[in-house]
Amino acid sequence: MSDKPERFIDDEGLRLDGRRVDEIRPMKVEMGVLSRADGSCYLEWGNNKVLAAVYGPRELHPRRMQKPNEVLVRYKYNMASFSVEDRIRPGPSRRSTEISKVSGEAFEPVVMTQYYPGAVIDVFAEVLQADAGTRTAAINAATLALADAGIPMKGLVSACAVGKVDGQLVLDLNKPEDNYGQADLPVAMTQDGEITLLQMDGHLTPEELEEGLEMVKKGCQQILEIQREALVSRYGNEDEEGEEAEEESPEEVPEPEEEEDEERDNSFDNEESEAENSDENDVTEEDEGEEDERQ
Amino acid sequence: MKRKIVYPGLMLSENEKQAGTGTYVQDGKVYSLFYGVANDKNRVTVVPFSGKYIPSPRDYVIGYVIEVTSSNWIFDIGSPYDGLLHVSEYPKRVDSSMMRKEIGIGDCAILRIKDVNTSMKVELSMKDRGLRRLDEGRIIDVSTTKVPRIIGHNGSMVSMLKKESNCDIFIGQNGRIWLKGKDEDINRLTQAIEIIENKSHTSGLTNHISAFLRYEESDEIEEKEKPVPFTSSKKDYTEDACRKVDMLLSDEDES
Repeated sequence: MSDKPERFIDDEGLRLDGRRVDEIRPMKVEMGVLSRADGSCYLEWGNNKVLAAVYGPRELHPRRMQKPNEVLVRYKYNMASFSVEDRIRPGPSRRSTEISKVSGEAFEPVVMTQYYPGAVIDVFAEVLQADAGTRTAAINAATLALADAGIPMKGLVSACAVGKVDGQLVLDLNKPEDNYGQADLPVAMTQDGEITLLQMDGHLTPEELEEGLEMVKKGCQQILEIQREALVSRYGNEDEEGEEAEEESPEEVPEPEEEEDEERDNSFDNEESEAENSDENDVTEEDEGEEDERQ
Repeated sequence: MKRKIVYPGLMLSENEKQAGTGTYVQDGKVYSLFYGVANDKNRVTVVPFSGKYIPSPRDYVIGYVIEVTSSNWIFDIGSPYDGLLHVSEYPKRVDSSMMRKEIGIGDCAILRIKDVNTSMKVELSMKDRGLRRLDEGRIIDVSTTKVPRIIGHNGSMVSMLKKESNCDIFIGQNGRIWLKGKDEDINRLTQAIEIIENKSHTSGLTNHISAFLRYEESDEIEEKEKPVPFTSSKKDYTEDACRKVDMLLSDEDES
């Protein structure tokens, strides 16, 4: 209790780290950082550093855990032993088991589970450095890792916390505010504002809870923007080339992705009969030539 | 908007009749299910950037045997679900004691998916033209979502790859590609396929790859990425450039 600050909010309305009460900490996102995982994301949020990896959908063992009509989303939250000042004992704890359970459930409304019956999607969230709000940071990273893995989802999930210090509601608590504040309320929600996770530590009046939820909604909106930005900009530079080329061309350039079904059938015919597709080939080559001229 | 990078939950259209694959409809509006590229010609479809192969009937796949039971071979087909090849689907009659001699554990084969039921039991067949055990060549893995790009429009890409690389190629729908040819040709082809995989969303790729396989400096995409070291002689040659020179020299020697 010795390092408890006397005041959390100064006369100008600024918090210990210089933020206003309704400001979130700066967030930095990098996707696709783990080559072996099907999807991954590294996220820094203030002093939090979180790594999320997604494996699957893959076969589920033991078989008794399989759900016959849908995929199981298995979420594992873990804090590295070096993530806090005092080394924490590695391995599952009461706290991490609980967070794993509720965080996994936070994705239930968005993941299209019926696509992969009997399989499992494993989500691992590792906290490398903790500074209050790690479960929300982990959820934000896990959403992007799931998208990166090509998992069908109805939308992204974003999470943020709201709390009370010095009798005032503040968004996205930092470490001292979390440790010595009067309340901490982590919330995760979909883009429609549907709440998928809500926990509370401490005390809030019903009025404060309502006001806090309004604040956290705005915070989640900001995070959603960061997540969207991360997804779109990842391939942004390369795509510009492709898009520019296409914008110049009034006619449609044949897009191979579209003809998937046709290609499925063709894929084998190509193997078998070179002669058959030789004339088709001419057509496509012409098209490609046109495309070049435009470029 | 012709093509656009989209993410889950992005609204794509306000007309629910436009909903294509990779989308879902909520309150009469069409949203994306995947992180990928959206195409809207008459229907909006989304092709994800990544994802696992999900078996569907009539697909050609490359699998390898992970288990042999008394009447089935169990194949890994690069998907969350294993495939079953029943002895009756093998081109000739095999006694159950001889099954391991025909196709043993670890052996690869080109297979066709006969049926997939609702609990994702995958039945395979080998009784079709071109289906066989693979005894030679090399198999490489790519993302299943890139397979259409590697095949190309009406097979333009794959036939070009075959022509330019002098290799035999078979592309399984599950993202496994079988290559047969001279070792150096296969190496070059593998590199070319890697390029296709990484740049699948750019246009003019067929010409680019064709030039790559002919060891020509491409005039489009590559130039921007790798400033060609041949012109800037003061700089150290990159490893890539040396390799290209080696290749050119060895070609001359041969001819």
